Amino acid sequence: MAIITYREALNQALSEEIENDPNVVLMGEEVAQFKGSYKVSEGMLEKYGPERVIDTPISEAAFSGLAVGAAMMGMRPVVEFMFWSFCYVAFDQIFNNAASIRYMSGGLINVPIVFRGPANGGTNVGATHSHTPENFAANTPGLKVICPATPADAKGMMKAAIRDNDPVCVMENTILYNMKGEVPDENDYIVPLGKANVLKEGKDMSIIAHGKAVHSSLQVAQTLEEKHGIFAEVLDLRSIRPLDVDAIIATVKKTNRVLLVEENKPFCGVDSQVAFIIQDQAFDFLDAPIKRISAIDAPQAYSKALENIQIPDHDRILAKAMELV
Amino acid sequence: MEGLHHDTIIDPPNSDSSENDADSLKSVEETKQTVDGDIGKDFSKSEANKLLTKEEKLNLYEQMIRIRRFEERSLRSYQQGHIGGFLHLYIGQEAVAVGSVSMLGDDDHIITAYRDHGHALAVGMEFDECMAELYGKKTGCSKGKGGSMHFFAPDKNYWGGHGIVGGQTPLGLGIAYALKYNKKKGACLCFMGDGATNQGPFYESLNLASLWNLPVIYIIENNGYSMGTAESRHSAGDPLAKRAEPFDISWSVSSGHDLFEVRQTISDALKSAHENSRPSVLEIVTYRYRGHSVADPDQTYRSKEEIEEYKTNKDPINLLKEKLLNEGIVTDTELKEIDIKAKGDADASAEFADASPYPDPSELMDDIYWETDNPDNKTSEGIMFFETPQ
Repeated sequence: MAIITYREALNQALSEEIENDPNVVLMGEEVAQFKGSYKVSEGMLEKYGPERVIDTPISEAAFSGLAVGAAMMGMRPVVEFMFWSFCYVAFDQIFNNAASIRYMSGGLINVPIVFRGPANGGTNVGATHSHTPENFAANTPGLKVICPATPADAKGMMKAAIRDNDPVCVMENTILYNMKGEVPDENDYIVPLGKANVLKEGKDMSIIAHGKAVHSSLQVAQTLEEKHGIFAEVLDLRSIRPLDVDAIIATVKKTNRVLLVEENKPFCGVDSQVAFIIQDQAFDFLDAPIKRISAIDAPQAYSKALENIQIPDHDRILAKAMELV
Repeated sequence: MEGLHHDTIIDPPNSDSSENDADSLKSVEETKQTVDGDIGKDFSKSEANKLLTKEEKLNLYEQMIRIRRFEERSLRSYQQGHIGGFLHLYIGQEAVAVGSVSMLGDDDHIITAYRDHGHALAVGMEFDECMAELYGKKTGCSKGKGGSMHFFAPDKNYWGGHGIVGGQTPLGLGIAYALKYNKKKGACLCFMGDGATNQGPFYESLNLASLWNLPVIYIIENNGYSMGTAESRHSAGDPLAKRAEPFDISWSVSSGHDLFEVRQTISDALKSAHENSRPSVLEIVTYRYRGHSVADPDQTYRSKEEIEEYKTNKDPINLLKEKLLNEGIVTDTELKEIDIKAKGDADASAEFADASPYPDPSELMDDIYWETDNPDNKTSEGIMFFETPQ
């Protein structure tokens, strides 16, 4: 198993699926000649040519909708958003067309499309470039939403998304692009959607997270163990819709205390639903109220001084974890 | 564009046209003169129409009258409370859908907006499935989940039926893109209304269509009103199709009252799409007799006299009827029989819809994801739905 970056893992997934299926194309702003704004598609234009790796104008509504139309016709387009924040100008194409056409046609049509790109704050680019729309994508029946947090998942889940016959929104993270990890080489390495992953076993509390918050949670779990003798279990949701409810309930029943961590904003965020499910299905197993920590509820700030406290960091998560014991 | 737009004075027809039929899709510079020259021209002998047989002409007439009778029947059902939501009627515009669809080959596709009954019937969808869909019944073309604005028939190359104004314009682009990617010699006709020309995605689509040489044909069915706002109050510049010009896309303006002119216009654009993979923007001027939807009282923004003027002088069905009678190829009795059958079929479809069952509550959860509809091929795990019928 090779040790590669999250970025390289995505590149492998995209390249392998382009090779596997002539219907797969990658399109988006700067994906071809420029090699991707974050170099995810580096080398792909040279390898697969301009028919498969396609530079688009800065025109999200048109190329997102174009890809939906092509998917209705049986193609499997992968649309890169330079930032998921830019999906807001293509909202109708994703949230009305990709999500609803199957339903409105009574199942006559399906839309095998992937929308992907980074969806994160923490890079001092201000409110317009720092959105984390996994909650409202997951609020839309018809869409699937995943947030791979490790290089291996980036590859395995991206491949699953491309092979999926429904629209899948893949929310990546620019801060994770350089993260290294072991990634299987096999062409058929698939991580199924909807399967959460226990990254650290524990018995005293469960920290449930998705995306980059998984890594902050792992650090906190380490501190809890080393400094406080508290063994926290860390569950990476990986996929928001479908959601691995069994894994959530299993960890709650095991530890009886829960901390939910996300970089999403709090109101109607992903963890609102997770908290509801826990109290609904495992209320009797809770020894303390569910605790939750999210991004601070302001538009994403530009200044490092502000944004650094806005996104849940080690100390803020640790303090909240200590409230549980 | 005088004589075509609703907010201009109607000039006497200019029959002195020497334009070559095949050239009616003009370059940007030539278009304006061409359109003025085409007013009143007889297109029944033009390239696209000269070989039409009596049966074919009668069939085109039949399709138009069937659309009208279907919609008139649906209006009655709406008024009787059998149909809910919106009902956007196409009455008055029938020549555009029928003329356009009649020119399509096996690899040509169409997509349209929410005023979609005419296009659906023109591609061959059945009265029963369409009426049942309006009634919200299980036997409807979308199993009662789409309604009036969302008819689909992918087996007939018909991709909907889209409710958001202009939202289908990038989809039409994508259909054309897929055709080109798969090396098919086909085109996508993407219908839209005059109101949709003010939506941003339309212009983004024009840019890509021209930049990537995609065989998409945007057809602006200009019925003069964006809901209740007249063209002169919603759109700067004239004509609307001229907005294709900065994208180096050929455009034209033609009459949608004349079925034969529509056919010729589409034929020229299809040629450009098939042979050169070039897009076009065709403004086809037409008129709707009913309100924007049935809920539109239609009393605030246009006069009864205006509607009567169109019904009397420009009705596409009457104009075709007169031509066929003048040609001496049909009798009034033959046409009446077609009409009687259309009315009978429309009544029968209402009975079919009425007698059909509503969808079962459990069907609420079908057709959302391909995967949940095909559990044997399920690849993902976890919970997909978070509130379901008991």
